[in-house]
This record gives sequence, C-alpha cells and structure tokens, in this order.
Amino acid sequence: MAFEGLAERLQVTMNKITGKGKINEADVKEMMREVRFALIEADVNLKVVKQFVKTVSERSVGQDVMKSLTPGQQVVKIVKDELTNLMGGEQNPIQFARKSPTVIMMVGLQGAGKTTTTGKLATVLRKKHNKKPLLVAADIYRPAAIQQLETLGKQITVPVFSMGTDQSPVEIARKAMEEAEREHHDVVIIDTAGRLHVDEELMQELKDIRELTNPDEVFLVVDAMTGQDAVNVAKSFDDTIGITGVILTKLDGDTRGGAALSIRTVTEKPIKFVGMGEKMDALEPFHPERMASRILGMGDVMSLIEKAQENVDEDKAKELEQKLRTQSFTLDDFLDQMQQVKKMGPLDEILKMMPGANKIKGLDNAKVDESQMGRVEAVIYSMTLAERENPEIINASRKKRIATGSGTSTQEVNRLLKQFEEMKKMVKQMTNMQQKGKKKGRMPGFDAFFK
Amino acid sequence: MSFFKKIKDKISGTNEAVAEKFKDGLTKTRDSFTSKVNDLVFRFRVVDEEFFEELEELLLQADVGFETVMELIDLLKEEVQRKNIKNTTGMQSLISEKLVEIYNSGEADTNELNIEEGRLNVILMVGVNGVGKTTTIGKMAARLKKEGKTVMLAAGDTFRAGAIDQLVVWGERTGVVVVRQAEGSDPAAVIFDAVKAAKKRNVDVLICDTAGRLQNKVNLMNELEKVHRVIGREIEGAPHEVLLALDATTGQNALIQAQTFNEVTNVTGIVLTKLDGTAKGGIVLAIRNKLDIPVKFVGLGEGIDDLQPFDPEKYVYGLFANGLEMEETDDHEAETEEDK
Repeated sequence: MAFEGLAERLQVTMNKITGKGKINEADVKEMMREVRFALIEADVNLKVVKQFVKTVSERSVGQDVMKSLTPGQQVVKIVKDELTNLMGGEQNPIQFARKSPTVIMMVGLQGAGKTTTTGKLATVLRKKHNKKPLLVAADIYRPAAIQQLETLGKQITVPVFSMGTDQSPVEIARKAMEEAEREHHDVVIIDTAGRLHVDEELMQELKDIRELTNPDEVFLVVDAMTGQDAVNVAKSFDDTIGITGVILTKLDGDTRGGAALSIRTVTEKPIKFVGMGEKMDALEPFHPERMASRILGMGDVMSLIEKAQENVDEDKAKELEQKLRTQSFTLDDFLDQMQQVKKMGPLDEILKMMPGANKIKGLDNAKVDESQMGRVEAVIYSMTLAERENPEIINASRKKRIATGSGTSTQEVNRLLKQFEEMKKMVKQMTNMQQKGKKKGRMPGFDAFFK
Repeated sequence: MSFFKKIKDKISGTNEAVAEKFKDGLTKTRDSFTSKVNDLVFRFRVVDEEFFEELEELLLQADVGFETVMELIDLLKEEVQRKNIKNTTGMQSLISEKLVEIYNSGEADTNELNIEEGRLNVILMVGVNGVGKTTTIGKMAARLKKEGKTVMLAAGDTFRAGAIDQLVVWGERTGVVVVRQAEGSDPAAVIFDAVKAAKKRNVDVLICDTAGRLQNKVNLMNELEKVHRVIGREIEGAPHEVLLALDATTGQNALIQAQTFNEVTNVTGIVLTKLDGTAKGGIVLAIRNKLDIPVKFVGLGEGIDDLQPFDPEKYVYGLFANGLEMEETDDHEAETEEDK
C-alpha cells in the first residue's frame, strides 16, 4: 500500500501523452493534477498544495516544459526546486544567547516526542557545542513524565531539575533558572507537557513560562506523520506562544512527511532538526532538499551519498572502480565491497534511500536478510586465496571442501559462484553502457539478499 | 431526513451523558468541518461539478485519503443522478448517509470487545510511538473495572524511559495490579510472567502494554510478533483482542501502520486517540474500507473516563450535528420563499 511517488505518477500521465510529439497546456494541467495527488498523499495540507500547484503551474507553462523532450522530468525538477525553496534554503543553527544561559523551550501536542527530543538535544549540545545543559522537568500532568526525563538524564549524564508534580510549571521554570545560575549551566532546556493547541488554560501556562524565562528558542516538536491538521496545530502554537523553530520527529518511519511543508508554509519558521531514531544521538540537522525528495517519494540520494562518504574508504573505492573497469574483480573484492556496504548501516534502510527503489519489483517491502550475507562471507572465507583470485579452478571436490568449511552446502557455494559470474557480466555490460552514455541502475549481485 | 431521525432517536435512547461527551469531544472537529459543509451547501444552491470538487477538498482535509474520497464522491454522484437531485438541500444527510454506508460495508460491525466470562481474556495494545497506548490502557482498565471485571496490567514497554512507571501510576489510579520487570528486560518474558500471574489469580482481563514502534523497523516488529506468539502459546485463541492505538492527528501513514501491524499481530480493532483536538481522524474510514478493521473506542481527553465506544453513526452525527439543524431551517426557508 506504499504510495506512489511523484515521478511514477507522472510517468503514467506521460505514457498517455507520448507519441503526441509536443504537449500542450492541457497536458500540463493533467500533470499538475498528478502533482496535486502526490502532495496530498504525502499529507501536505490541501491549501498549501493549491498555492504550490499554482506557482509550479505558472512556472511550467512559462518555461520550456512544453518544448522539452522530457516534459515529465522537467516538471519533476521544477516541483522539486520549488519545494526545496519553500522548505528554506540554508540550514538553521541554534540561536545561543549572548549572555548565558541560553534558554530553550520545548512545546507541542501529546506524544509528539518532546521528552525524547529534549534528551537528544542535550546530547547534541554537549557533544557538538561543548555546552553544559540543564534539563527541566515541567510536565507535571502526564503520569511518570518526570521519571522519563530523569531516566534519560541519567543515560546521557545530564542533570535534570525537577520539583515533583505539586508545583506549577511556571514555578518550576523559575526555580530552574536560579539553579542554572548557581550551577553555571550555559543552556537550560525546558520540557513542557504535551497539550492541545485549543486548550486555552494550558496554552496560557506556556505563555507564562515564556514570559518568565525569555527563551532564545521555542521549539515546536511535531510528529512527522501528522496529517492535514498540522497547519492548525502549528499556527495555533505560533500565534499564541510564538515559536522560533520546528523539530520534526519520527522521521525514521516511512511517512512522506508532507507536514513539514505545511508547517513551514504557515509559520515561516525554520525546521531545525529531525529525529531519526530511538537512540539518544539520533537527532540530525534538517536538509530541505532531502525533505523535498522524500515528500515526492524520490528517494534520499544525498543521505545515501553522505552515508557512503562517512563509511566507505575512498581509496578502496577507487581501487575497486579500477578493477571493475579492467575486469580483474575477484571474490576478495566482492567480500570487501559487501563489508563496506554493511558498514553503512542496515541494508533495508539504505535501500529506502535509493530513488526508485520502491518501484523495483519485490523490493518495495523487501526485508533484507543480513544473515544471508554472513553465509556468503563464510563461504568466501573458506576458500583459499588462489580460489578467490581465480574462481574457475573451483572443481567439485573443492566445492565440497568449501561447503564443509563454511558450514553450508555445495548448492550454496554454487549459487554464490554463479552470482559472482553474473555480477561480472553485469559490470561488463554497465561499463559498456556507460561509454554509450546510458545507465541502468541496479545493484549487481545483491539480488540474493532479498527474500 | 429519516436517516437523521434514526440517529437522533438512537442517541437520545442511549445514555445522554455519553452522547454529550461524544459531542463535546467532537465539537471542535464538528465546528470546523460542518460549518464548512454548511457553507458549501449555502454557497452552492445547485449540485454541480464544482460542488463535488469542493466537497472532495473538504473530505481530503479531514485526512480521509484520496481513494476513499473518490469512492465516496462517485457514490454520491450516482445517487444524485439516480434521484435526480438538482439543488443542494438535503445533501448533508446524503453525504453522511454515504459516509456511514462506506463504514458499515465492512464485515465485522461490532465495537464490542471480545470478552467472555469464565476465561482469561487477553488484550494486546500495539501502535507506533506516542499515540497514547499506555493512557488508553489506563482508561480501559477503569472502564472494565467499572463493569465489574477483575483486571491486570502487564508493563510490556520495557524500552521507553518511564513507561513502566507511567503504567504503574495508572494501576494505582484504577486500583489494578501491574505486572512488571526492570527496564530493558525482554518484553516477551514480562508478558509471559503476566499471563502466568493472571491465570493464577483468576483475573478476567489482562491488558498488555507494548513499546511504541515504527512499523518499518523490522526487528521491533519481529519482537512484537514474538510477544503475540508467546500469548497464543499460553492460552489458546489469545490474544482475544489486539487493539491498534491510532493518533487522530496522523495522516495517510496511518493506513500503512494499520496494514503492517495487522500483518504482524492480526489487529482486531482500533482505538482512535486524541479526538478531542481539531484533527478529524478521517483515515479510519479508509482503514475500515481497505483493511476491514473496525474502530472500537475513541479517546476524547486525558481524564480516566475519556474513553468511549465508537459508534459510526454517532461519529458522523458528531461531524454533521450542526448541519442537521441547518438543514431543517433551510427547508423552512425554501418553503417560505416558495410562498412568496
């Protein structure tokens, strides 16, 4: 039931109108319908979608989309550019106060992930900015919310200021500020209770805390899965309390995250961080371009490249490329490559970042079997160096030995050898194709890892 | 009109307070949604393409989702043609009638929990992070206790900081035993112990909490499957209910959530939480339509009594209550205009 991305949607429309030679304004209109569908399915607010489609439509008609040989791609490009623009060009760092302490307030609906994000933010501040944060437990309403923050504080060894549930949050904030002064904390992060934006009494409480502590940042924490209502929530919080930035949580799920665009459009406040996992360091800076790709279902190439850069040894990669070109690629290199890929993280997550990966048959819900990789490794390790260099010498008795050595079967050894051969063939084809300027993306030899 | 009469009768026949609470909870939803429907009906005297287009947008903004909206619009267009409806008077009731119809076309049309006397009934609560599983369990325990059942809770969320404490507080509030282990222990082991304890103490209902997990985390979903399996191994036919907690503010991802959790744990019902905000939770229509999973309860606030059984007719009535009154006066106006 995964939703189609914009590129695929447009493809359908394009197939309908190919053969017409040139396309006309009506065709552009048809394409805009697809843009609209795609954005709505990504949970972008309808009003925002309308405005957006209007802008894109004007640009598309005015530009050379109609003359272009690949109008579909042109439209996708315009949409993506426009989306990236809207999402805010530059990355936005945290504003620190000139005079310590910097005060950060965390606000949002129930269950958005404020407390977890508070812990993550403290980790970032301590590790990357060398700060000495104090966390303030101001959620006196939800059962055990204070314990939650205290446990997190212990985990990341950051002190937590709490006064139980009998004091008012405003009073807690006041005392916390004094404590920060005394203990020379340079950042104070106030974790407030989740509340509905229509709850006047509780919204007033936030206003009071804001007035008292005069925060440098007020972060609205929003669940990335939020639907159409995101605009109401963001607008109410911004109008009543005045937010300075947004943190989008649970982005490690499979939601398209159209709420990001909605919120950005109605509040015009920057999205500063995204929550990417359950671990305490899983808070990342926001990248407008990546978010645009994601909303459009185009894969997250940038993150993939970045992950690769972080983990893949560049010299090794160059060496590998050379080997591929000269066809001197051995099983040892295969093993090497596999290990490099493994270092980048769970394979299924990497796959999700690949553009069009959700379109490859059987891959949309692929659960990558990492244990299978372990078996392949074992098989290769059970070969002699000569065998790895030159697999052709592996005869029946050698196969039997390898199978016993790796605890697998001869069939498995056979399968691996066959795969390796196919991969070499594929690589050969690809190098040929590249010379002709054509390329067909496919991960050679990795088919076997998908159930 | 008869349709609304039916609902009205139904509601006045049931507990007034409950109906009120339901209405209160949905007030904000209703205000924004119905006033728009009314506005629509007033602006468009004639049912035409443009009318449908705007209606489509209204429904999309309630998170109903594209396919279901299209289906509904097609149904309506058909009906309008069949009955030769020209003006928008009476459209409100037709719209809500069709909405309920879409919902009720599903197989299982019960919102009752599958709880039987004389056996240990196990309810497993599942869902993504932050949707309100633990809070819902607290409210549900209070509800069942009020009905005279003995209840036990299992603190199966051993992952999130403070989750066990949170359930323990609910246990104290409702006077219900909570089976727990230390944070970080194996959830399947906690649940196993809880089932044993529940059997021994002869309780009627055991409600198992689980950690929130995003449906695309394969390992965590496997863990949940194990919990599910452990319960089934101890008691045949258990868990008797697997309830998916769904946040009403969630958009189209809710459909994928329902699908994935259903694959892993065979979800028997949905608890739609946080319906007291401005979010409409329209995606439940799509879920019912596509996956045939009924909504069993709705969460209308943080109080211990703020969990109410879901009733599709009441739900739609809540959405259209204002529309109903308007329609009546509208009829009136139409008549007086004719008189002139």
